[in-house]
Amino acid sequence: MENTGLNKVDLIFEKINNSEVLTKAFSMTREKIIQEMLDSGLKGRGGAGFPTGLKWKYTAAEKSDEKYVVCNADEGEPGTFKDREILERVSNKVHGGMAIAGKAIGAKKGIVYLRGEYRYLLPKLMTELDSFHKMIKEIGYDFNIEYCMGSGAYICGEESALFESIEGKRGEPRNKPPYPTASGVFHKPTSINNVETLVTAMMIMKHGSKDFTQYGTSDSRGSKVFSVSGDTPTPGIFELELGMTVQQFVNEFGDGDTKAVQVGGASGFCVPRKKFMETIIGFEGVPTGGSMKLFNSSRSMYNVLHNYLEFFTEESCGQCTPCRVGCQQLLLGVEMVKKSEVKSTYLNELIKLADTMKIAAKCGLGQSVGNAFKSIVGNFREEIIY
Amino acid sequence: MPILQGIVHKHNYLTDEVMVEVARELDISAAEVYGTASFYTFLDTQVKGKYVIRVCKTITCSMKGKSDIIQTLEEMLKIKVGETTADNQFSLLETNCIGWCHKAPAILINEMPYTELTIEKVTEIIKDYMQK
Repeated sequence: MENTGLNKVDLIFEKINNSEVLTKAFSMTREKIIQEMLDSGLKGRGGAGFPTGLKWKYTAAEKSDEKYVVCNADEGEPGTFKDREILERVSNKVHGGMAIAGKAIGAKKGIVYLRGEYRYLLPKLMTELDSFHKMIKEIGYDFNIEYCMGSGAYICGEESALFESIEGKRGEPRNKPPYPTASGVFHKPTSINNVETLVTAMMIMKHGSKDFTQYGTSDSRGSKVFSVSGDTPTPGIFELELGMTVQQFVNEFGDGDTKAVQVGGASGFCVPRKKFMETIIGFEGVPTGGSMKLFNSSRSMYNVLHNYLEFFTEESCGQCTPCRVGCQQLLLGVEMVKKSEVKSTYLNELIKLADTMKIAAKCGLGQSVGNAFKSIVGNFREEIIY
Repeated sequence: MPILQGIVHKHNYLTDEVMVEVARELDISAAEVYGTASFYTFLDTQVKGKYVIRVCKTITCSMKGKSDIIQTLEEMLKIKVGETTADNQFSLLETNCIGWCHKAPAILINEMPYTELTIEKVTEIIKDYMQK
């Protein structure tokens, strides 16, 4: 079934009886849970889109006395705020999703890594976690969740940097392989999932994978929560079926003068007006962790790009040279082009640099700087130069 | 890290003495403690006021009037971005996206977010803090 337009869905924030869903899930075998997840086609909702079922399958296959479920709540991508909303409104479903993941992979411990900017949520979350622990005990299942706080570092949203941070160290990404499924936090097999992924897993357990696959397209199953901001009359959180075009999205959320949409935040892609019709929001087109920023014709795309590059320059962990120096040079480069200190063809050199970063940078941060850079420079070259 | 976070939560920043003490208690080198602290934006190793104001400067907040907010704060507190007031009550900083783009512009004062700010609103908020 193909998506035909923009459809609002209410799955993530749907009120459910938590203990009922968990009882049902715990009565299933590990293999059955993993099969359900594989059948659902769910891909990670943090942005990278790794199939959740596979991640659980690989972690389940590892032999170890200790395994972990880690919930990545270090939502730092500019323009994303869905995970905060999910934790505020349905944290019990996040905790439930972790317990299901625990059952699937054979872990007794869960850790939520919450970004420092959301510390104010902690007292409420602790109360809700207490009642969750009580509830799960009543069902007769053993699973314990802890919260671990970040301290304002975007890079810690990268899975291996996040593990380092949980272990109390500088949040610098590790070399891969080994992948987290084999060696994650405390070098034990770990399934690390985004907040929304875990809630979606919970809902798949409730409704079954068959129901879930009716939404979305073959590459992007289901619905997801979008964080809409920028030049729009209706900013906020919206759960939408995957597979719509950018045009359909703009028709709903635009202010009538939208010239570009940045899909996937600073590390995502910029879609200009002329490509709205042909671009699909999803893994077959432009993937997103939820960040959707609209820009109208009053905005200078130079300022947008400059802001993103400043962001990356500050948030690069500095460990690998392509990213550390690359970000600085891209920023310096566009400033020089703008001031006419170098010829406009210098942009071609900068694009080559962005390509090099994609190949040579150690982690997702450095590799994805080129996404925004190339799509903005490619589509709005004259705005960068003049 | 939770130890350093706890100290910052209480005292707003880490002094050299504190980091050396933490290192001694944990039996690790002081450089390791400083290395960790200096990696994280929120683990400040420089003097910070009782109330640390962090203004989001990422694109949406920047589009929706961040500069007005900064200007208002600078005038009220009589300090520039990056500085701390003489009485050690307020520090003014800029920060990257804090996850309130739909209610921009936004700031954090210590851990509390304040959103959909206007010049009037931010003036009221700071006045309240000044009386605390």
